[in-house]
Amino acid sequence: MAIYHLRLPLTEEDVKKLKVGDSIYVSGDIVTARDDAHKHALHLKEKGESLPVDFSKLAIYHCGPIMRKNEETREWEVVAAGPTTSSRMEIFQDKFIEAFGTKLIIGKGGMGPRTTAACEKFGAVYGMFTGGAALLAADKVKRVKEVHWLDLLGMPECLWVLEVEEFGPLLVGIDCHGNNLFEENAQKTRDALPQAYQVIEQIMEE
Amino acid sequence: MMQTATLETIIEDTAVELLRRAATSLPKDVFAALEEIKKEAPTESALLQIENIVTDARIARESSRPMCQDTGIVSFILSVGDNFPLKSKLKDILREATRRATKEVPLRPNTVDFFKGNSGDNVDPRGYIPFFYIDLVPGDEIKITAMTKGGGSSNIAKLGMLKPGVGLEGVLKFAIDAVAEAGPKGCPPYRVGIGIGGGEDICMMLAKKALLRPVGKRHDDPEIAKLEEATMEAMNRLPIGPMGVGSGKTVIDVNINLASRHPASLPVGVVFSCWALRHASASISKDGNVKYMEY
Repeated sequence: MAIYHLRLPLTEEDVKKLKVGDSIYVSGDIVTARDDAHKHALHLKEKGESLPVDFSKLAIYHCGPIMRKNEETREWEVVAAGPTTSSRMEIFQDKFIEAFGTKLIIGKGGMGPRTTAACEKFGAVYGMFTGGAALLAADKVKRVKEVHWLDLLGMPECLWVLEVEEFGPLLVGIDCHGNNLFEENAQKTRDALPQAYQVIEQIMEE
Repeated sequence: MMQTATLETIIEDTAVELLRRAATSLPKDVFAALEEIKKEAPTESALLQIENIVTDARIARESSRPMCQDTGIVSFILSVGDNFPLKSKLKDILREATRRATKEVPLRPNTVDFFKGNSGDNVDPRGYIPFFYIDLVPGDEIKITAMTKGGGSSNIAKLGMLKPGVGLEGVLKFAIDAVAEAGPKGCPPYRVGIGIGGGEDICMMLAKKALLRPVGKRHDDPEIAKLEEATMEAMNRLPIGPMGVGSGKTVIDVNINLASRHPASLPVGVVFSCWALRHASASISKDGNVKYMEY
């Protein structure tokens, strides 16, 4: 369970050396994308239209931040920016990784078998940031670089390109070797159900 | 008697403040419970997650910033006294407070309509959000609780219309299954509210309202209190832990509300709160005196 400090975009070598259980801190550019952004990006790609950002060079951050425009500078600022539940993106993520060559997905709560397969096939990893820790995340953002699709999708759903420094720790939950920490834990949880039921069965007998 | 217009302003200002407090300041009982979980963290990975959570909550309170970017869907729980002079106007006042809080706190605009898009102000153009739970009580004051609930923990809620034959044992196993299925998706450690009986809508409401009880406050009925403790112990046997790292406590507390049921039905609602359980309360007298509850 190693700790790494990495520059974005991750290289192929970076991705290969990461294993589930490792912690990483990343510096560079990330872009927020949730349900609608994934859907819209894939739709544009399918129609052969151009995209406003190069997803192959950015880490994808499952996040719908609170942003505020500074009255004086007219620049956007991050108020709060923790991760959103990644499993909602499970229906898009494999196609997204295939279409754009994204190497790092950041979110929380883990993802499923489709994403795991895509990470293995195309060389990508999934890292978890502490859910709800929106200020710890916001304080790692150095600058809001760009915003796209704000009018189309609204503040939580649009693309915010953020320059981050030492963004983490991200717990590697899916690596490119076919491992998925969250799926393993889910199986352990299912296996522990009889033990949990026992407490209830005992109290019912009393 | 106070001018109604002045009272309206006081209610609006108070509700804005309640939404600010809810979004930025984790209730003290919840914070204390999380610190306790931190002390007991059995592994480094569990400790790291719970430490991040506690630190985030502390920074939020100190800097008066929202602890989580998902400031949720707003609901108000109102106990309106017989002699409190404002009644039907309350809804519009609280809608306006929600619009203001969205800008002033700020809250994330979270009300999305399929046809009209995101309203941008957390008020549903069709009138359903903020949602109002209204109770009529004796007296001349109003008690307002503002509750903001994030989407992640709402998505893992469960409704079961069980067969009455499975009994209470079946009900509690259903709630345990809900936690197992939720895993880390809704940001544990969780508060779990269980509503039993009533009907398909009533059990969900009872479950949600159970989340407002102080941490560690057991049900008045000792038999139900016993079930709460057992269910919590059972849920904490599941190896989920803070953020699903696989170890450490999964559940902060379990609270049950029980209502009578139709003989042919056994409705059960399981409602979760993420670690960031957000609510704040105040009472306002008909003379406009505001008393905030400790938070």
